[in-house]
Amino acid sequence: MAAPVETRDLYLEEYRRRAPDLPGAGLPWLRRTREDAIERLASRGFPTTREEAWRFTDSGPASRAPFAPPPPRSGAASAAGAGPAHPGAHLTFLDGRPAPDLSALPAAPGASVATLREALDRSPAPLEPVLGRLVPAAEHPFAALNTSLFEDGALVHVQKGVVLADPVHLVFLSWRAAEPFRTLPRIVLLLEEGAAATVVVSYTGPAGGAMLTSAVTEVALGEGASLRLVKVQRESVEGFHLDATAARVARGAAFSSHVVTLGAALSRTDLTVALAGAGAECGLSGLYELRGRQHADHHTTIVHEAPQGTSRELYKGVLDGRSRAVFDGRILVRPEAQKTNALQTNKNLLLSPEALVNTKPELQIFANDVKVKHGATIGQLDRDVLFYLRSRGIPEEEARRLLIHAFASEVVDAIPVPWVRETTAAALFTTIGERPDGGRP
Amino acid sequence: MVAPLLEIRDLQASAGERPVLRGLTLSVRAGEVHAIMGPNGSGKSTLAHVLAGREGTKVTGGTALYQGRDLLALAPEDRAREGVFLAFQYPVEIPGVSNVYFLKAALNAIRRHRGEPEMDAADFLVHVRERARLVQMSEALLQRPVNEGFSGGEKKRNEILQMAVLDPRLSILDETDSGLDIDALKVVADGINALRRPDRAMVLITHYQRLLSYVVPDRVHVLADGQLVRSGGKELALELEERGYGFLAGNGSGGAGPGVTGPEVTG
Ligand SMILES: Nc1ncnc2c1ncn2[C@@H]1O[C@H](COP(=O)(O)OP(=O)(O)OP(=O)(O)O)[C@@H](O)[C@H]1O
Ligand SMILES: [Mg+2]
Repeated sequence: MAAPVETRDLYLEEYRRRAPDLPGAGLPWLRRTREDAIERLASRGFPTTREEAWRFTDSGPASRAPFAPPPPRSGAASAAGAGPAHPGAHLTFLDGRPAPDLSALPAAPGASVATLREALDRSPAPLEPVLGRLVPAAEHPFAALNTSLFEDGALVHVQKGVVLADPVHLVFLSWRAAEPFRTLPRIVLLLEEGAAATVVVSYTGPAGGAMLTSAVTEVALGEGASLRLVKVQRESVEGFHLDATAARVARGAAFSSHVVTLGAALSRTDLTVALAGAGAECGLSGLYELRGRQHADHHTTIVHEAPQGTSRELYKGVLDGRSRAVFDGRILVRPEAQKTNALQTNKNLLLSPEALVNTKPELQIFANDVKVKHGATIGQLDRDVLFYLRSRGIPEEEARRLLIHAFASEVVDAIPVPWVRETTAAALFTTIGERPDGGRP
Repeated sequence: MVAPLLEIRDLQASAGERPVLRGLTLSVRAGEVHAIMGPNGSGKSTLAHVLAGREGTKVTGGTALYQGRDLLALAPEDRAREGVFLAFQYPVEIPGVSNVYFLKAALNAIRRHRGEPEMDAADFLVHVRERARLVQMSEALLQRPVNEGFSGGEKKRNEILQMAVLDPRLSILDETDSGLDIDALKVVADGINALRRPDRAMVLITHYQRLLSYVVPDRVHVLADGQLVRSGGKELALELEERGYGFLAGNGSGGAGPGVTGPEVTG
């Protein structure tokens, strides 16, 4: 009897077949990057819970079967889920393919927003030092899948000293299909010296369907540049979402990340920030709100490589039903990174006795003159506070929502884009107990 | 004669596993102010909690009627919406929820229940500012998270502010005078007096005669070991202040010693 064909072998076979036609196939450096990635996938496969970084997250459901490329679409898809119309550039992908009728790219002097395919065709040079370099396929199995087979995505390139007033929106919308499929969004954000921008990346789709999204985002900030990156994940609660994002922050530059995780049955977000120049800073904030049997894993790594770096991190989670969250926050301070100031906090609110959190700080400090602090909490709604609210006439359900919102507000209020802030707050208010399978204690 | 606003008969209740109230009878009419005094641990707060419906307290016998209805059958929020208010001995802090937001949510929950339209933010702010003046509560305290970092006295004033905003029929104030400086006590007492009305009743739980010299009660009761062991007029508070609770010892639980009137209220 023939041995079962492994998922990775099928991806490998697909790569062999399609490599000559993938975007950037004519670029030797990219070809090499893709070869390395597929080799990595072929040799090591997908992770198991025996690997330390995947101990609490079984990615089996996302890798046991291969996910085909998205099926071709006939007819126009609805713009539902794409968010409200925004000023500024707005690039939408439907099932991983650009949707020009759902996109608008107003000219912004000194900045370009383009599909990655176009960028690789027309002017690949700025991509070479970044694409496949900041998120090494060797360290991220799902990024290896993305790197070997990605077909499109976005490049946002802001030139020296240019400040973009309006946020740039990148929307990845996956529509339900008869068969599960995958999308492999690839994003590169380049901000040259002194440039500033706000970028919102949303991954979204209708409630049903077991899609796989494996996304990779690479961010390079020049000296004194400033980027606010907002990521909102509201994909199908039956789907799988894997995201590896890495940022390299030069001297005096500032990177702020806001991650909102609401969707997917299984999600894993790896965010790595290298504070590579003196005085670089980053602020990482995250909110995950889970119910039913949702599982969300957030791994963050902040590498202080240079002196006087500052990092602030606050992740908060609200868990209902039998959901499970993993938070792993690594802070690495290299010997030369004196006067580092780092603060990491993870707070979790459990609404159900069956919800579960694994939270773990990992501090590796090799410099002596530093301030590094971390803290983690896991708690429940305070019964006395609930009673206090009820004793003032506020019904129990409303009292619970009010306290959940109060818990999350610190993170929600910090989201720099009003519509994201409002829809996130609204999701917290309206969907508690309303999502399918949203178990209550 | 009108029926009492609150009529408690032979109430028995436990806090946690511990039996605390052992047959307490009290009736309060609209327009009256009652004071309940008594030693630490005698069950005063437990009584307040039972009336407000706090979980962890359990009624094991007796009845409590409010406006003729079974108060104990109602959920805590319904009691509040029907006009019962408890000023807590130890108000809790609610990080992340501003005082005005909280008060507006509470008032609108009560207004919805009464079939009145909800107040919008602007109207509410006018209303709450006017009420805040009554207890000399600053704008800053209104905007801060509920009770978070408030001083002991500020928390107590905040309880009275909530009472003033929510317009209850029956208020139970559990040691709202404890921990107040002399000026703050005067402010709180003035606030309470301003809210006295013929259709409202108040039960003041206190250890001190001082509050009662500002807010003159119609009746004073002594709660000891889970029962009202003595009731009288406002002079009873003075007598207790002079002689302590010791002179009541030996009266037995609920027994009527010489000069002791029963807890039944006439009026
Ligand atoms: N949850 C509980 N479990 C066990 N015992 C309790 C609980 N709550 C209260 N008690 C006990 O019940 C008794 C009555 O407490 P209560 O708070 O009603 O007294 P109090 O008259 O208000 O006292 P104070 O004047 O000190 O405020 C006390 O002995 C107290 O320790
Ligand atoms: Mg007490």
